[in-house]
Amino acid sequence: MYTGKIRQILLITDGCSNQGDDPIAMAALAREQGITVNVIGVMEHDVIDEKGMTEIDGIAMSGGGVSQIVYAQQLSQTVQMVTRKAMNQTIQGVVNRELQQILGRSQTMEDLPPEKRGEVMEVVDELGETVELEVLILVDTSASMKHKLETVKEALLDLSLSLNARTGENQFSVYVFPGKKNDVEKLLDWTPKLQSLTSIFSQLSTGGITPTGPAIRTALSAFSQKRSLRSLLARDDESFFEESM
Amino acid sequence: MHVMMNHSLKSQCKVSPGTVISGKWHGNKYSIIKELGFGANGVVYLAKYNDTQVALKMSDNGMSITSEVNVLKSFAKVQGPSSLGPSLLDVDDWQTNRGRISFYVMEYIHGPDFLSFLQQKGKSWTTVLFLQLLNDLDNLHENGWVFGDLKPENLIVTGPPPKIRCIDVGGTTIQGRAIKEFTEFYDRGYWGLGGRKAERSYDLFSVAMIMINTAYPKRFTKTTGGIAQLREAIRQKSELIPFEKVMLNALQGHYTSAKQMRTDLLSLLNDHPSSIPKQSPPKAYSTVQAKPSQGSPPISRRHYRKKKKKSSWIEFFVIAAVLAVLYSGYIFLKLL
Repeated sequence: MYTGKIRQILLITDGCSNQGDDPIAMAALAREQGITVNVIGVMEHDVIDEKGMTEIDGIAMSGGGVSQIVYAQQLSQTVQMVTRKAMNQTIQGVVNRELQQILGRSQTMEDLPPEKRGEVMEVVDELGETVELEVLILVDTSASMKHKLETVKEALLDLSLSLNARTGENQFSVYVFPGKKNDVEKLLDWTPKLQSLTSIFSQLSTGGITPTGPAIRTALSAFSQKRSLRSLLARDDESFFEESM
Repeated sequence: MHVMMNHSLKSQCKVSPGTVISGKWHGNKYSIIKELGFGANGVVYLAKYNDTQVALKMSDNGMSITSEVNVLKSFAKVQGPSSLGPSLLDVDDWQTNRGRISFYVMEYIHGPDFLSFLQQKGKSWTTVLFLQLLNDLDNLHENGWVFGDLKPENLIVTGPPPKIRCIDVGGTTIQGRAIKEFTEFYDRGYWGLGGRKAERSYDLFSVAMIMINTAYPKRFTKTTGGIAQLREAIRQKSELIPFEKVMLNALQGHYTSAKQMRTDLLSLLNDHPSSIPKQSPPKAYSTVQAKPSQGSPPISRRHYRKKKKKSSWIEFFVIAAVLAVLYSGYIFLKLL
């Protein structure tokens, strides 16, 4: 019934960007293209400074996503919760727009009496289970992240375990910034399983700069490349979700 | 799941005792008595409605409220005593000057949580509670659900007589879908022992982890993970060793139903009556094991068995006699 898919960028970082484009503007750009940006700030013993916090919240807000600051130990649970929460938000947004078309005015799910809400929720749940999901993971590998990378890897494997329990299809891709040669480097091309990360993640070199903005820009082009490739193979109509964003 | 406790949510749903919550749609009024607890999806309060105590859960995330209400409603359709979860009383919205908050009202299940109960009443209750829990789970599973976030905090022992009840249905998922909510220690995915699809065996894994939890109140974290670490944890606690076989089966997903695990747990008790952990301190426990002679509980159990054997013989003769009478009657009629 729904042919759409949900597209997300998941940014995992521990602080402020210091090079290139404004990441908040890049997140807004993503949102314009129907891509949600979620941010997870990873703390260890240290705390993320005020400036970093503001940026993390700002990126998620303008990217239409969810942000969460956590200690490294809680990363696994947080990554999957944030992804799910953002996915549900997107679905709810779509369902609400549908409702508005049917009921007119500014009716949303919350304006329905509780009895009716339950039925709509069943649709939302069903979609959450079956919808196709594309998550591009952007990992900050600047020097301060170095000893947190093992935890990040664990969390990503855990994420793929959670999402692959759904009936719907998943596609993951992993980019790191800064890369060896460029600001951003592709680590893993679109794949339904993140298991292949195990071998690659240890090869990560860490640099000093944090080009968050350019990283998001590259991520966006990774989505559009995927789409153009796909349109070559089959004439995929503009999906339901993209349309309604 | 406390990481997800959004600051804004917590403050918005924080109401002080005495506050009256009135529903926008159904017009019922609830007076807040105190906070009972909070989780990932909202805050639960004890409240008063027409002199009865009820539990009221509120959240500014209307989705999760609606989702949980759906689960509770489908439980209500299930026949029999409502042991699956609290019964649902009302669903409504509360309009405040800060915004609209969705809430639902349910039966107030009163009592200590699982681990506190065992701490108060002693280890002899452990098996009883697990047998009850497995019975309830079987019922839940038969109706197409998986509890998901099964953990001691979500289990309340009411009574007397003591009866285990599940609260917080936030993780309850339709079988075959992806588990909605879980807690790492009780999650087979975390230990590398299976996926997060809502299957019966998912809950049974959690049951085995709760068993481990009774011997390790502070829990422990993953080191090597896998069955090796958990087996080792079981073997290090004398009170867990008698249950090792059943627990390992559950941890490895060998049980296809809660009933199966329950039967195994029961037969374990009947086969090795002396292995039931006793209320006495560990020292006394080991002496009883060393001298398996005159302990009173095993004797009374043997006694019970003998009685049972005798009664089954009587049963046999009665049935045989009835059959004989019926058959002779039949022959008699045929001859005529």
